Amino acid sequence: MKKDSFNQFSGSEDYVTSEPLRNAVNVSIALGRPLLVRGEAGTGKTLLAHSIARGLEKKLITWNIKSTTKAQEGLYVYDTVQRLNDSRFGDKDIADIKQYIKLGKLGQAFTSPELVVLLIDEVDKADIEFPNDLLNELDEMSFYIPETNETVSAIHRPITVITSNAEKELPDAFLRRCIFHYIEFPTPELMEEIVRVHFPDIKDNLLGEALKAFYSLREIDDFRKKPSTSELIDWIRALIAGGIPHENVSKQIPFIGTLLKKETDYDYFVRNFATRRW
Amino acid sequence: MFTDFFYILRQNKVPVSLVEWMTLMEALAKGHIHNLDEFYFLARAILVKSEAYYDQYDVAFQQYFQGVESPEKIAEQVLEWLKDPLNRMFLSEEDHALFNSMDFDQLIEELEKRLREQMEQHDGGGYWIGRGGTSPFGHSGYHPAGIRIGGWSGGRHAVQIAQERRFKNYRSDLTLDVRQIGMALKKLRQLRRTGHEDELDLEGTIKATAKNAGDLDFIWQRSRKNTVKLLLLMDVGGSMEPFAMLCSQLFSAAHSSSHFKDFQYYYFHNCIYDNLYRDIEREEAVSTVHLLHTLEPDYKLLLVGDARMGPWELTERYGAINYYERNEIPGILWLKRIADHFSHCVWLNPDDQRFWVHATVQMISRLFPMYPLTLEGLERAVGKLVVKK
Repeated sequence: MKKDSFNQFSGSEDYVTSEPLRNAVNVSIALGRPLLVRGEAGTGKTLLAHSIARGLEKKLITWNIKSTTKAQEGLYVYDTVQRLNDSRFGDKDIADIKQYIKLGKLGQAFTSPELVVLLIDEVDKADIEFPNDLLNELDEMSFYIPETNETVSAIHRPITVITSNAEKELPDAFLRRCIFHYIEFPTPELMEEIVRVHFPDIKDNLLGEALKAFYSLREIDDFRKKPSTSELIDWIRALIAGGIPHENVSKQIPFIGTLLKKETDYDYFVRNFATRRW
Repeated sequence: MFTDFFYILRQNKVPVSLVEWMTLMEALAKGHIHNLDEFYFLARAILVKSEAYYDQYDVAFQQYFQGVESPEKIAEQVLEWLKDPLNRMFLSEEDHALFNSMDFDQLIEELEKRLREQMEQHDGGGYWIGRGGTSPFGHSGYHPAGIRIGGWSGGRHAVQIAQERRFKNYRSDLTLDVRQIGMALKKLRQLRRTGHEDELDLEGTIKATAKNAGDLDFIWQRSRKNTVKLLLLMDVGGSMEPFAMLCSQLFSAAHSSSHFKDFQYYYFHNCIYDNLYRDIEREEAVSTVHLLHTLEPDYKLLLVGDARMGPWELTERYGAINYYERNEIPGILWLKRIADHFSHCVWLNPDDQRFWVHATVQMISRLFPMYPLTLEGLERAVGKLVVKK
């Protein structure tokens, strides 16, 4: 494979990536293996898939996993009740089983005539056996529908991004087939870049003060949920909208509620820090 | 290629399998990796599947690649470069003088010296090796010859990243991980049909429809649900401190597992007396008698503790380690009441089995079947919980 076809993904306008992450994305595309992304909440795991889709101008298919999601649902669902019902009242040709086979997200990604980006979001929400049930399908990128004696195989291997919050451990066999990347919390330099993507006109001193306050808040280990990138973006939006002068930002930390979402954290902050300042 | 690296990784307890190794080889064969920098990140993405192992990976990477970018290797490349008379033509007179004044050995010595002195990446300047400088070493420089030392720009960097070992804190050499515990607990499951009749009984429907001469007759049934109820009682504080991590894993596995119809947990310290506690700090008390009244005997009881204490704590009135507990009934009798109430119970002991000869451990293990808190022990305990004692 040529070098240029390898280096496909280089981030998109509204999503700043680090080089290791770009490399991981590209190698997963080149090898046709799913990319498993893990990292602290709010570091943009889900947005990565959106960014890949936008950057490569591909369609994005999202499969949100819930605790009740079964692997089979991602492949196809055979609507037997509808067929039974039709056999009695319907005027459809019930011999044509195909019309009762409804493809799931994985099935849709496989059958899409063009290359798509498939996002399997929060894979660890599902049952502990869930990832194992998808092993073969993700490996071969095909599955068999016994009802119609058909094999659905991927026209193009979808670019697969799987996110996980490590709520449950994933099985080894599943992990072996993935490319793994852990998104670290951005360094202040990278964070500056990220903020500038969202607020191109932000003033340097406001940004500097905001980042200073933000990173010192993150150093407090007693928070249940440390503020993350998405909270920082919201906060800066509030600061700009509120027209807060930059010299007040790190001293007062206005709109603290946008940074600390848990009530206990908020209380803790007010009790221990906010009062001390004045 | 790099086969030793594979073994060094395994030596460092990074769980790399052949499948992953072959994937890396595939990536290498396809020419996706151009320098050591890229190799560091791609090999990590392909071989390492949890940030918990990033640190071990860094250590292994250092061990293996420390030598690769050593001055000797680079010196060889310089030698190669200098052997080419064409290259020598590009040298300035000054450099010529420098090069001619030294033989190769001296030149390499000089290079090694500068490499050792140089601690960080360098751009510009006339002495250090780096980019954009006028030193005869390094690359992309103003120096007309601009010796590019192959792989240099990236290689040193990757080893440096590895040296930083930024992922030390993510490391967790676990004896048991949450998933394994979850899998073991899953075996407790007992499926029963309960609740509303909301599942289509396909077989039944076909039968009934056939009986009905082809006219549809839907048969519904209750869906299968797990009926197991679990009660977890954990010893916390004091001698259990070293096992806090292990216990919290067991707890999170049991807690996150959606397989139980009901899951309750309480804490105690050393032994159970009149009260159990809802929190680790043991502030919110629940009377043990109340629990025995409200929890049906079919709760599966999992006790966790080292069972090691002063014998009086178990056998004496007022023996509780906490003086203010003033227990009228000795601990052992409380334990007996509990053991008599629940039809399925086991005791998991995280302590080394060598210490099980201790008197109180012996006494308690006569009341509750005792198993070590290891994967194997947990599996045996679960097996015991499934059948009646």
